Amino acid sequence: MHRYKLLVMLAALAIMVLGAAGVGAQDDAVTLTMTCRCVEGGVNSNLVVWLKTYVIPTFEERMAEQGVNVTVELVEFGGSDEQLKQQYALDLGVGAGADLMSFDGFWVPEFVDAGLIQPLEAIAGEIVNEWDGWEHIPEAIQELLSYRGERYGIPVGTDVRVIYYREDVFTEAGIEVPWQPTSWADILETAEQLKEAGVEIPIQLNAGTPMGEATTMQGFFMALLGAGHHLYDFDEEKWIVSSPALLETLRFYEEIYVNRELGDARMQLVEDGRQRSFEAFANGEVGMLVEGDFFWRSPMFELMGVEQRNSLVRFALMPAREPGAGYRGQDYVTISGGTGWILNPNTEHPELAWGLLSHMSDVDAVRAFQLIQPRISFRDDVPVAGDPTMTAMADAALSLSTVRPQLPEYPQISVEVQLMTERVVSGEMSPEEALEAYAEAVTELVGEENVIRIPLE
Amino acid sequence: MEHKPSIFPARIGILFLLPALFFVAIFLIFPFIWVIIISFTNQTLTGATAANPQFVGLENYARLFDFSRWMRSGEFGASLLITVQFVLGSALIGQAGLGLLIAVLFYRRKGWARRIVTTLAVLAWIIPEVVVAFAWFAYLDRDSGTLNMILSALGLGKPDWLFDYPLLSIIIFNTWRGSAFSMLLFQSALETIPPSYIETADVAGASAWQKFRDILVPLLRGHIATDLILITLWTFNVFTPYLLTGGGPTNRTQLVSIYTYKTAFQFFRFGQGAAIAVVMMFINLTLALIYLSTLRRQRVDA
Repeated sequence: MHRYKLLVMLAALAIMVLGAAGVGAQDDAVTLTMTCRCVEGGVNSNLVVWLKTYVIPTFEERMAEQGVNVTVELVEFGGSDEQLKQQYALDLGVGAGADLMSFDGFWVPEFVDAGLIQPLEAIAGEIVNEWDGWEHIPEAIQELLSYRGERYGIPVGTDVRVIYYREDVFTEAGIEVPWQPTSWADILETAEQLKEAGVEIPIQLNAGTPMGEATTMQGFFMALLGAGHHLYDFDEEKWIVSSPALLETLRFYEEIYVNRELGDARMQLVEDGRQRSFEAFANGEVGMLVEGDFFWRSPMFELMGVEQRNSLVRFALMPAREPGAGYRGQDYVTISGGTGWILNPNTEHPELAWGLLSHMSDVDAVRAFQLIQPRISFRDDVPVAGDPTMTAMADAALSLSTVRPQLPEYPQISVEVQLMTERVVSGEMSPEEALEAYAEAVTELVGEENVIRIPLE
Repeated sequence: MEHKPSIFPARIGILFLLPALFFVAIFLIFPFIWVIIISFTNQTLTGATAANPQFVGLENYARLFDFSRWMRSGEFGASLLITVQFVLGSALIGQAGLGLLIAVLFYRRKGWARRIVTTLAVLAWIIPEVVVAFAWFAYLDRDSGTLNMILSALGLGKPDWLFDYPLLSIIIFNTWRGSAFSMLLFQSALETIPPSYIETADVAGASAWQKFRDILVPLLRGHIATDLILITLWTFNVFTPYLLTGGGPTNRTQLVSIYTYKTAFQFFRFGQGAAIAVVMMFINLTLALIYLSTLRRQRVDA
């Protein structure tokens, strides 16, 4: 065993020496690296296309004109968001990692508190604030990658969540399209109709730990906001750990997965469930799927192709439990997140790295991206282009939206939320028991003084 | 102990040992102490406690042994119980049983059947973990797995192996995976039994079962003990099932090794993960001590 470890160390040493020699040989050329959860032909394929055909060549060209020899390498990461986050935490913890990292906004606070990432200004200096792009990024969108008043990255956009359905599946089941439910009862009724018509999985509302944040955002929040409040009380600055709305939310899950078996609980509990749900929807086996517009832009684009997607897939807004019963008294609810790119504080070329980040965030680059994948952009001078459905989703949902609390303890609480839903949809616990276990776990995480319990009934 | 003449004086011997001791210290003793220290802190990978961990005394251990939720799905007690079932099923019954069966079946036999079975068992043992896990994942898949294709062709339906019988699946998987070690150990042990014992028994008209029970088992007893303890030790720490089930569904295959990994590297709670690792180390140490004392007793017997 020790001999083996020694061997590994010697090998590592040899590689380091050789690597150092290699770098020393041509010290005028600079290599920048960037990582995202993106694979050509796979997840976020469009992003790779944009980076490889537009961003990287134009940046290298621009730098060459200024006499700087830069090569940009893209590291395509094919795992899940959770695995990417794990990779980042471990890389940054030992001072490694790519120069530019695609980053989910809600990871920012816990990484900042751990000292793993730094504000853009601290890394690249005053040139960050001189960038002319900031005035075209609305405050609320800048917030997505900010924490305590400091900017840590530039967002690439924001998103909304809605219910997706297939027009052909609905028509065949005798449901009139366009379809727009106004209450949870409507959703359940439609699901029953679909079930009667032989649709295998009438509705899928994400739950369980394997789906990670997709459970919290696409499933739990979409129900909870419709039941009346947020996970966090922004006025009191406390977590709501027990309330009638939380219980209603869990009962809605129980109704779908346990009592009426309108959803496929198995899909929520197996490891690759989310991908399976995408494929099942593309195959016409799922009636309604609550998802973010990522689902429209990426999996549906890749699995169905633009034409088939545009002719078959429709969306409806997620209704509150009853009209007016939603968050802030709304009839319909949704929630937004946002990803973007941050700079690695360990980068050896901070100014060049910022150069790349600002280059890919300028108006021409963002317009170029809209041509490849129309989406809600982060710049107010670049509208969604060439995808009427995407525009319609943004117009209908953005004004109804809210965001997650940008706090370091949120990711851990989100895991507890996922566990709570898992306990209900797997039948392990009743909604009451699962809620109590959740309240107990969150109280332990944040302390008794930071939680609110609203009496049940 | 008598003094044996040696080439070098004792002092030079120690000098030669130093490099080895140095690496043992760096790679074994230091991490061991470090893990114990971490287990008394609330160190995490992200968040404020990553930059400034605090000493929390025995809190991490108290949480592990909080009996009000000890057996709840996903907690330490439940994981420990799953691990015990896994070790019993896949190591003690599965690997040792199958290994012994193959070794005895082909005892004093030569030919292609023995060669094929032995080769297959060893192959299953030496293929890289990730390859094996991927193959089994594809094999057991409900809708497009090879096993269910065969079963449904025979009219036996399509059981959902990794969802409805996850623990059984990883037990069968690990039995298949690791029987070769026990088989090889028993085969070589059997070679040491003088053929005259069996020949004499044959002359006396003993049945196969009698030969097995009265000749082979008593002579193999020491080897069986060694085998059982060693594979228990290994199986206790095995992580490969994670590649098959990820510890799920609903934590039903969450072995203690997976529990440790999830706590430390998925939920980033290093302190808590270290506490589990320390408890595991003590369990392993106990098993190792039993193994060593068994070995010593065997040497005395011999």
